[in-house]
Amino acid sequence: MAYALQQLINGLTLGAMYGLIAIGYTMVYGIIGMINFAHGDIFMVSAFIAITAFTLLAAADVTSIPLALTFVLVVAIFFTSAYGWAVERTAYRPLRGSTRLAPLISAIGMSIFLQNAVQLTQGARVKPIPPVLEGGVVLWDAPGFAVQIGWSQLLIIVTTVVLMIAFTWMITQTPFGRQQRACEQDRTMAGLLGVNVDRTISLTFMLGAALAAVAGVMVTVYYGVVDFFIGFLAGIKAFTAAVLGGIGSLPGAMLGGLLIGLIEAFWAAYLWAEYKDVATFSILCLVLMLRPSGLLGRPEVEKV
Amino acid sequence: MMLTMAGVHAHYGHIHALRGIDVEVQVGEIVTLIGANGAGKSTLMMSLFGNPRASAGRIVFDGEDITRVPMHEIARRGIALVPEGRRIFQRMTVLENLQMGATHADPANYAADLARVQALFPILAERQAQRAGTLSGGEQQMLAIGRALMSRPKLLLLDEPSLGLAPIYIRKIFQIVRELNRDHGMTILLVEQNANQALRVAHRGYVLQHGQITLAGTGRELLESPEVRAAYLEGGGHG
Ligand SMILES: Nc1ncnc2c1ncn2[C@@H]1O[C@H](COP(=O)(O)OP(=O)(O)O)[C@@H](O)[C@H]1O
Ligand SMILES: [Mg+2]
Repeated sequence: MAYALQQLINGLTLGAMYGLIAIGYTMVYGIIGMINFAHGDIFMVSAFIAITAFTLLAAADVTSIPLALTFVLVVAIFFTSAYGWAVERTAYRPLRGSTRLAPLISAIGMSIFLQNAVQLTQGARVKPIPPVLEGGVVLWDAPGFAVQIGWSQLLIIVTTVVLMIAFTWMITQTPFGRQQRACEQDRTMAGLLGVNVDRTISLTFMLGAALAAVAGVMVTVYYGVVDFFIGFLAGIKAFTAAVLGGIGSLPGAMLGGLLIGLIEAFWAAYLWAEYKDVATFSILCLVLMLRPSGLLGRPEVEKV
Repeated sequence: MMLTMAGVHAHYGHIHALRGIDVEVQVGEIVTLIGANGAGKSTLMMSLFGNPRASAGRIVFDGEDITRVPMHEIARRGIALVPEGRRIFQRMTVLENLQMGATHADPANYAADLARVQALFPILAERQAQRAGTLSGGEQQMLAIGRALMSRPKLLLLDEPSLGLAPIYIRKIFQIVRELNRDHGMTILLVEQNANQALRVAHRGYVLQHGQITLAGTGRELLESPEVRAAYLEGGGHG
């Protein structure tokens, strides 16, 4: 029981990060009908920016953790949104209105480019940093097993919940969110009514990237190591989360992220830890075969 | 002059959809465009928004050349379109659809504009929290018109607003067109399959055939023209 509770906490932490990344996939798909395969790499870029920023701060003798975290978040969000913007401008916008396959190939090319750019500038070695947030609180000192939530886990879960609430509010309640949804439903009509469609698409990429940036910083704080391959793995898992929740659906992405995180944690704890990534890919295949519209998606959504 | 199209051509790939269009709409007029399916009526309206963009010719609206102005800027200049097929945002509420119509309008006018539109179409007030996709076809058309009015346009474009609607809604739409023009001085360009009624409410009209204007005149002149009677009014037409 105590052990299961611990897995629940671990799973929630993972799920929060997958959910944050999944939102970027789902929103971009919603507005341009295309999977942004470079999105996972945007997350990886953010993790590297975070590592670099933490290292710089350590060198500058900054010891205040809240200050350091805020600084790293701001820097990571700034650079990754700029990345998101640039990816859309260079790889996708020129191909808008062409065949469906062209932007897909462009996306994969962009992903390879980002991976190699980071590998070249950062080196292929695994990058460790000293732990940023150590320790935690013991929630339940059960016989033989203490259920504990780490400060970094708490930070991840709370930040994610706050961000998701804010994000949902923005999409459902603000004029920008309304215009964003209008572009999803009928881009031409939105344009006829005076919505700057290109700008809305750019902002959608930037927002998705910003959330992935937060996830990138969190993963750095949580694991303390980053390698250039995490973009691929986390990207695939978050993509699975988006598909499981129903691609194009915002609550779906959040729910899907949560489920994938929980499944991964419990699978690793009770089944085969070595095969935890297989679990995700099996789910992806199952969902695509049995219910391509996902849990909360609209059935009429077109498949890629 | 509210709108002048001079020698406008437009293409969809290899299809030459507009072949030198000359159309004028004066302030306070109702002008109607009639023509068979595929003549280019919708294309003409969409070309004002640059979709498709005019490949030759000039479009002047309210004294300014808008031939190359980006689509989202056109609404700001004062043109609103009720498009063919309504194009309501189905998964938004009725109120959100109206808010979309006010995208670039002055927020200070929002409350007054909403009240005015809801007074014109009470159903839009009753159903404001409902998803627009659940409205009937006629109600959706009211919503499309209401949405266009939310921006206080100088020129209102209506593309086949009565298509596929029950007679009660068709009457309502022609009545609204008349009222908007007479009581609010709104300038209207109206495309209709229902040529008879359209020519009756319009001050002037144009006949469009294969992307060209083949006939122009006052509503009455066109109603009495043998060509129009033969092609669009007496059985040969669509309504
Ligand atoms: N999106 C489009 N792509 C290609 N051809 C189009 C498109 N829209 C209209 N057309 C063609 O342009 C011509 C004019 O169409 P349209 O303006 O819709 O006519 P109308 O509104 O008078 O029925 C037709 O030949 C039609 O097939
Ligand atoms: Mg048409």
